[in-house]
Amino acid sequence: MSQTTKKRGGVVHQFIIVDPNLCTGCETCESVCSFVHDGEFNPINTRIHRVRIEPILNVALACQKCDDAPCVRSCPEKALEQDKLTGSIIVDDDKCNGCAFCIRACDFGVLNLHIQTQKALICDLCETMKDDYINEERGEKYPACIDVCPKEAISLKDVEQIGEEKRIDAVKRLFGDILKETEA
Amino acid sequence: MVKNMSKTKEIPVPDQIKGFTQVRLDVNLTDGKFSKSKLSNEFCRDWIGGYGFGAKVLWDECPAGVDPLSPENIFVYAHGPFPGTILPTSSKYGVFAKSPLTGQFGMAISSGSVGAQARRAGINMIVIKGKAPEPVYMVIDDDDHYLVPCKDTLWGKGCWETEELLREEFQDQRLGVLSIGPGGERGSFMGCITNDRNRQAGRTGMGAVMGSKNLKAICFRGTKGISVAHPVEFFKLAKKLIKVANGPATAKYRDLGTPAGITSYNKLGMMPTFNHREGTWDKVDDGTFTGDILNQDWVVKKVACSQCSIGCDHITKIPKDHPNWPNLYSSIDQELCYSFGSACGNSDWPTVFKCVSLTDDLGIDAISGGVTAAMAMECFEEGIITKEDLGYELPFGSTVNLVRFTEEMILGKGFAGKVFGDGTREAGKRLEEMGRKSASYYGMHIKGLEMPAFDLHGMNSFAVGMSVSIRGACHLRNGSYGLDAKGNFDRFGYDKPFERGEAIKKLEDIYAIIDSYIVCKFTRGIYENDAEMAKVFELVTGIPVTETFIQDRGEAIVNLSKCFNIREGWTRNDDKPPERFFKQPHTKGPAKGVVLKEDGYQKLLSGYYEARGWDTKTGIPTDETLKNLGLDFTIGKLTTKGGKK
Repeated sequence: MSQTTKKRGGVVHQFIIVDPNLCTGCETCESVCSFVHDGEFNPINTRIHRVRIEPILNVALACQKCDDAPCVRSCPEKALEQDKLTGSIIVDDDKCNGCAFCIRACDFGVLNLHIQTQKALICDLCETMKDDYINEERGEKYPACIDVCPKEAISLKDVEQIGEEKRIDAVKRLFGDILKETEA
Repeated sequence: MVKNMSKTKEIPVPDQIKGFTQVRLDVNLTDGKFSKSKLSNEFCRDWIGGYGFGAKVLWDECPAGVDPLSPENIFVYAHGPFPGTILPTSSKYGVFAKSPLTGQFGMAISSGSVGAQARRAGINMIVIKGKAPEPVYMVIDDDDHYLVPCKDTLWGKGCWETEELLREEFQDQRLGVLSIGPGGERGSFMGCITNDRNRQAGRTGMGAVMGSKNLKAICFRGTKGISVAHPVEFFKLAKKLIKVANGPATAKYRDLGTPAGITSYNKLGMMPTFNHREGTWDKVDDGTFTGDILNQDWVVKKVACSQCSIGCDHITKIPKDHPNWPNLYSSIDQELCYSFGSACGNSDWPTVFKCVSLTDDLGIDAISGGVTAAMAMECFEEGIITKEDLGYELPFGSTVNLVRFTEEMILGKGFAGKVFGDGTREAGKRLEEMGRKSASYYGMHIKGLEMPAFDLHGMNSFAVGMSVSIRGACHLRNGSYGLDAKGNFDRFGYDKPFERGEAIKKLEDIYAIIDSYIVCKFTRGIYENDAEMAKVFELVTGIPVTETFIQDRGEAIVNLSKCFNIREGWTRNDDKPPERFFKQPHTKGPAKGVVLKEDGYQKLLSGYYEARGWDTKTGIPTDETLKNLGLDFTIGKLTTKGGKK
């Protein structure tokens, strides 16, 4: 799914970003995440996690694909491995024994254990989704939460894109007067 | 005239159905016993979910003529097959009981996270009877069901704090909590149920019924996954519906929110102002009190219920430098801009926000509360109540005094609480018993339930539509305001009584299905047609229902709850707007000089009864109609047992 690139020696760490200004906290992402992987709706088995802090803060978090990821390092069973190319954390279900050290190690709280299998769950950008639920228009696996988010609050970005967007925002804020002149 | 109904038996039921958990939980609060039973496949097919389940159980099990606040009344929680799926706006639940406010069929629907959590806990319906010997809350934690005494921990607390404390207790910020506040605890007929802070099952006093049973709250959480009958097709259709639910069909609910209606209703002369004395307001004309200003100056965030793609909840904030209520967050919609706004002649936004937060948190219905306050204000202006009674002045447009009145009304304190604490009908009675003549005239209610944000002057079809509503004055039982507002019929005329009746019936039947599914009425426009609504039921449950089938079941559900009302003493005269609409016209605006004509109104009402297959004189369903709808079990049981107020 990731585009071919020569950046960083071909290593593109794209991950799920959620805009808290757009997120309404509807949990649709969580329901869909569990559904495309397991065939049933159950947000407790999600890989993207909505957080609501009353009264107005709503956002969702998924794997940030940390460099030298603490979850991988913490796993006593060596069940977690980071894909060098995509940065995704891959869980080997045969090795995972549900000890939850990875959950304790993660700074963002984006891992959990599957309520039935007790195996670690972490966002892999839907690489392991069921074929039945592949978006026909795309014709390939792609994060289902992005496709269903009613507010288009979820996107897939790499660090360069995020930095670029932040810079443009900052420049507009700081030097907006110049822009206004060009518009006039 | 009555068409031949498709018989329920024509729809085959698979051996295994999905969506429904089919678990009915019975709780006897008197002895604390729980028991589980299975809802049959046929029961689920025929009664669909929320409203249908509630109607059937209340008919079967609520003792006729029961005192609504006695242990013998029953309290039903129910949802349909959809919560927890990604069908837009499906995380909804309904509560049903005989209403203390109307003495008839009580029902209220709410959203938030409760429906989905209850579904994942494996519940489909809870039937609560009796009265706990001391205040308790109920826990539905997957398959663990129990009661916890809470006299010293939660009783007396507001709904917001109750929810926070329970979430802390369970160490779970996602715990679904529905609770009552001091309003419901003291049995205010307007007592509401609050969940997820900003969502209420507000109408008809369902919170008072909980309070009368010493039941402070119900907490839900569950870990059971939800599978559907046809997952691939359902996923596809649900994704389409989510997209459509973000299109033009719901734009008004998302953008400005329902308060966009303030301006459009004002133009039509149906934005009730000064307790329905007028239908237009100069504060709307001059741009002080509009949905645009509300959004521009006060709304800080829009929030969604679980699995809702619209996100209509408009959260307002009063800034930190406000002298009276700094840093106050409230959840605002059109109804509340009316109840504590235009109806009270109050254009001070922070006053509206403060009153709404008081009703939501301390637990009475914000519509009934505001309309009762508006009655008090008009009584004050008419000299029926005085400063000596209240301890303060209360003319239309009051701000801090309106807040003071509201708090006393909720808590049952002072003159305001004693006289107005149980809604407009009781207030009228109590004032007249005190020798204050004509007080009831100023109570804007139908069947005892306070009116929503629609004036009925020059809204002749809707005057019937709102009056025939099973639960009392309500715009959500058939939404027939559209028939007048959109010009389907002459809003000022009395022609076509049967056609108007048929149009109201058609809306009412499908609304009964929406309330049984339960989904939000904001999504009624996202389905291509009733056939697509039926399809989504089939894809989730596996029961191959058709468009005709769901329309017929909607009709049966309306008829059954009507039968409940008749058994409780309903008569034709209960389907009638307040006297004001027949006597006192607006002095300005599009409906200036217009009043309802008695004979014209009665003609339209008979037209509706005729379209329903009810006796056109008495308004009671004929045996033939009941039989055609498969409601044979009601025949011969429609004698009044009394109990209506």
